[in-house]
Amino acid sequence: MDKCSGVLVKVFLILTLHVAMFGGVYEENCLACHKNLPVKIDKFFYRYLLKYSSEENLKNALKSYLKNPSRKKSVLQEELLDRFGVKKPTTLNSDELKEAIDKYWEIYKVFGKLK
Amino acid sequence: MLKSWDTNLLLSEKKTLFSFFLLYLVFTVSILSILGYMYYNFQKDLVLQKYRLELSSLAKEQIQRLKELHRNFDKQRVYPRDKRFNSAIYDSSFKKIFSTTAMNNIDFTKVIYMKNGKIYLIKEPESYYLGTKYLVLEVKQETNLLGKILKDMFFYGIVIFFIMVGFGYFLLKLMLKPMRDAIKLLDRFIKDTTHELNTPVNAIISNIEMIDKSKLESSLVKKIKRIDIGARTVSNLYQDLTYLTLGHKIVSNDENVNLKEVILERLEYFSLFANSKKLTLSFNLKKSTLRIDRKKISKLIDNLLSNAIKYNRVGGSLHVELNKNYFLVKDSGRGIPKDKLEVIIKRYARANDSVGGFGIGLSIVMMIAQEYNLHVKIDSKENEWTNVVVSW
Repeated sequence: MDKCSGVLVKVFLILTLHVAMFGGVYEENCLACHKNLPVKIDKFFYRYLLKYSSEENLKNALKSYLKNPSRKKSVLQEELLDRFGVKKPTTLNSDELKEAIDKYWEIYKVFGKLK
Repeated sequence: MLKSWDTNLLLSEKKTLFSFFLLYLVFTVSILSILGYMYYNFQKDLVLQKYRLELSSLAKEQIQRLKELHRNFDKQRVYPRDKRFNSAIYDSSFKKIFSTTAMNNIDFTKVIYMKNGKIYLIKEPESYYLGTKYLVLEVKQETNLLGKILKDMFFYGIVIFFIMVGFGYFLLKLMLKPMRDAIKLLDRFIKDTTHELNTPVNAIISNIEMIDKSKLESSLVKKIKRIDIGARTVSNLYQDLTYLTLGHKIVSNDENVNLKEVILERLEYFSLFANSKKLTLSFNLKKSTLRIDRKKISKLIDNLLSNAIKYNRVGGSLHVELNKNYFLVKDSGRGIPKDKLEVIIKRYARANDSVGGFGIGLSIVMMIAQEYNLHVKIDSKENEWTNVVVSW
């Protein structure tokens, strides 16, 4: 019993350390790449907002694109698409993808930010 | 000639006319309301059209500002405000993004509408700047235009209503004229006829009374009796008609009347008539007094007895009962059909036309009963019997 709880404590500590060092799904899988791109990740958000308006529509569109990206679904301008191409489908599972998109929404949403 | 003669419309006729007038007024008010409602909406649309152009141009300006804000959202987060209007932005799921309007309950099904003295315009931008699917503009009405329209409508509505009332009254009088003329003609005819009949009938009755019947042959006595019955019937009719035309003007001379005495007297008066129809007469009279005009109660009893005899079959029965609080007259006549029980008390209404008469008997009974708060209940079984109970 003592042995078992000792293992659990170790796992918890490793996970906490991991999150502290590398951040969550969003930070690791989205931000990590986008921060090196010339077009910042917030610009993508406002393009999505311009096209999809509500939280539900935006999240669904983003999820659909990330799972199965295509030029048709992309919100990026043609010239940028030509330059950077279409990304590869996400390797994240549904829960991880949801977590990442929710975080993305929370960071850039307009609600409660206007004065 | 009777000098004072009124052609009064009867209660039921007045009721009919009142119903007609009420119906006419309801119809007029309904038409006016519908027209008013249409006019009000038309005026409201005109006012909104005027505002729509102005507000659309303001909305365009606001959308331009939202566009700018959307582009620079990372640097600038102050919602664009304008002194000329309040505004709000909503996303495609009708969730409020930001608002400076007083009202939050927006009707998104309309493009422009009025509520609580304010005008609301809903505009959809070409792109969803900051997620804005709906931009709502709110402005206060410059002047209370709708209030003025309502005031005008109310004023003109009242004027038209009174014109229509006047027109209705005129129409009613026009419609009523032939009816009034007909009643007048009938009343005048009856009055003239009865008046001309009175003197000769009285002469017949008084002369028959003067004849010494003991000196005459029995067959002649029989004939004289028949003449007497006929004369008395006509005399009775004359009295009824006089009562009907002047009854309400006769001052009542109320006294404690011994009803047993009156009923016996009236039965005696009608005995000849009853005998001519070979009726079996039975009565059970207890002592009873009532404070009433003697002539009027006699008239009431006369009419009930006269009807009971007149509408009886030959060889039938007539039963009269008097108790402390009521008296009843029951005959074995042809009866009154159920559907005619209510109509029968009206003037000139008769359930059966087979026997001569003017149909005023029960009308007189009801008039007297009403005057003295007597309750008259008529029950009847067609072709079997009629029972009239007068209680107090």
